[in-house]
Amino acid sequence: MKVGIVCPYSLDIPGGVQNHVKDLAEALLGLGHEVSVLAPSESHDLPAYVVPAGGAVPVPYNGSVARLAFGPVAAARVRRWLRDGDFDVLHLHEPAAPSLSLLALWAAECPVVATFHTSNERSRALSASAAVLRPSLEKINARIAVSEYARGTSVTHIGGEPVVIPNGLFVHRFAEAQPRPEWRGEGGTVSFVGRLGEPRKGFPLLAQAFGHVAGSREGLRLLVVGGGDVDEARQLLPTSVRDQVTFLGAASDEDKAAALRTSDVYVAPNTGGESFGIVLAEGMAAGATVLASDIPAFRRVLDNGAYGELFANRVVDDLAGRLGALLDDPERRATLDDAARTAVRRYDWTTVASQILRVYETVSS
Amino acid sequence: MLLLVLAVVLLVALALWLTWTANRLDRMHHRIDVARASLDGQLMRRSGATLELATSEALDPPSRLLLLDAASQARGAEPDELEAAESALSEALRAVFATREAVATLRADPDLAPLVDELGRDCTRVELARRFHNDAVVTARALRSRRRVRWLRLAGRAPDLRTVDLDDVPPTALTTP
Repeated sequence: MKVGIVCPYSLDIPGGVQNHVKDLAEALLGLGHEVSVLAPSESHDLPAYVVPAGGAVPVPYNGSVARLAFGPVAAARVRRWLRDGDFDVLHLHEPAAPSLSLLALWAAECPVVATFHTSNERSRALSASAAVLRPSLEKINARIAVSEYARGTSVTHIGGEPVVIPNGLFVHRFAEAQPRPEWRGEGGTVSFVGRLGEPRKGFPLLAQAFGHVAGSREGLRLLVVGGGDVDEARQLLPTSVRDQVTFLGAASDEDKAAALRTSDVYVAPNTGGESFGIVLAEGMAAGATVLASDIPAFRRVLDNGAYGELFANRVVDDLAGRLGALLDDPERRATLDDAARTAVRRYDWTTVASQILRVYETVSS
Repeated sequence: MLLLVLAVVLLVALALWLTWTANRLDRMHHRIDVARASLDGQLMRRSGATLELATSEALDPPSRLLLLDAASQARGAEPDELEAAESALSEALRAVFATREAVATLRADPDLAPLVDELGRDCTRVELARRFHNDAVVTARALRSRRRVRWLRLAGRAPDLRTVDLDDVPPTALTTP
């Protein structure tokens, strides 16, 4: 199948949508399809499947400044790409924003699939912008939302009934990551992933709980992956356990996978605001036992505790108690890890890409 | 006797001088009010012309969305957000009409050409109206800072004078033929 994918955001800067688009393209290529990705970029170092659409311009939109590609020059590039590609299906990401995706939708003559990622508030220019968007949005044959949360916003703001297909991950990248012996604690290794200084990621909770747990376990090690103010985060830890904590900073994808692979228990103490929780799936894929707060998104991923342990959200004592129990019970961890390894396959890109392919086939037949 | 006459003459002269200053100040305040009204009017005309262009099918949808969003936010802005919202509109206009090519596509449409020209004129007029308003404010401030005006409170209860600070640089492709 010949698939054209449009990414609205510049590939020169990192971001969730950009990663999703690149991973999807690689998964589809892996399944033997022809894929071309059109995206704003001024880089010369791009994967072969990417067609750069030139630079993006910073413009004020909906109360903030976004970097977007638009205007007659971009429109001409999009038309040329569509003509040369002669796609069976066109897959647009975030087509309701004023971007390359919307330009492609405007010019599209083949079946169109659209993915809605975020829960963007709609522009305050409500009714007027609807009038501009409606004729274009009517051309979408199938809508995909990456989570129930994004689906909800899409239903209220844009209309239609999107199917939910979650974000994927490449399970093998985590399962086959090399553990780092130098990061391992002789009394066990615990890891945390998330930006420091962002309270809803829950690092302060883990810092307290780790104080309780590590006090009686000298060889226990905590690996912290995530950018932010390390000194401030260190202050949150009781002084006695500070030298048992290693801060890895904003690590690369490889280092993050290696940290998860090295750890016995991965703790996700997020207090809310997660729509899906891809990090849990990463921990599951890497073979670390997941201990997560019992917020709805995490409950869903862990199937109410079948693939990992849940603790009462925001309760430090429960977190500490369960963390200690898990560390002392290798058998329980092995049981959970086995279940998790099987369950995480549903989030693997090959599975997710096949689900997306079913959508392509439905609209193009 | 002569001293008395001199004193009366001086007092009358002083009173006249102060009245004249107060009048100058009053005229100046009036000029500012007129300039401000004219600036507000020009801003409304500019956002109005932008909205009208944004509804045209000749522009690509992303550009239309950007213009619609910026123009309606500018029209709906509260007084304390006005300068930021109008500056954002100037920025959006420059981004959309960044090239002569973009403007030429619109001018090619006979229905749109007058609208495009109108928007170009509105952009220039906003820039002028803002400058004239701020000139008046600066002049009035200089007069109000004089000792006689401050000590005798000749400005009365007139509010503090503020210049309007906004980015009103027009898109060059639009204002130069």
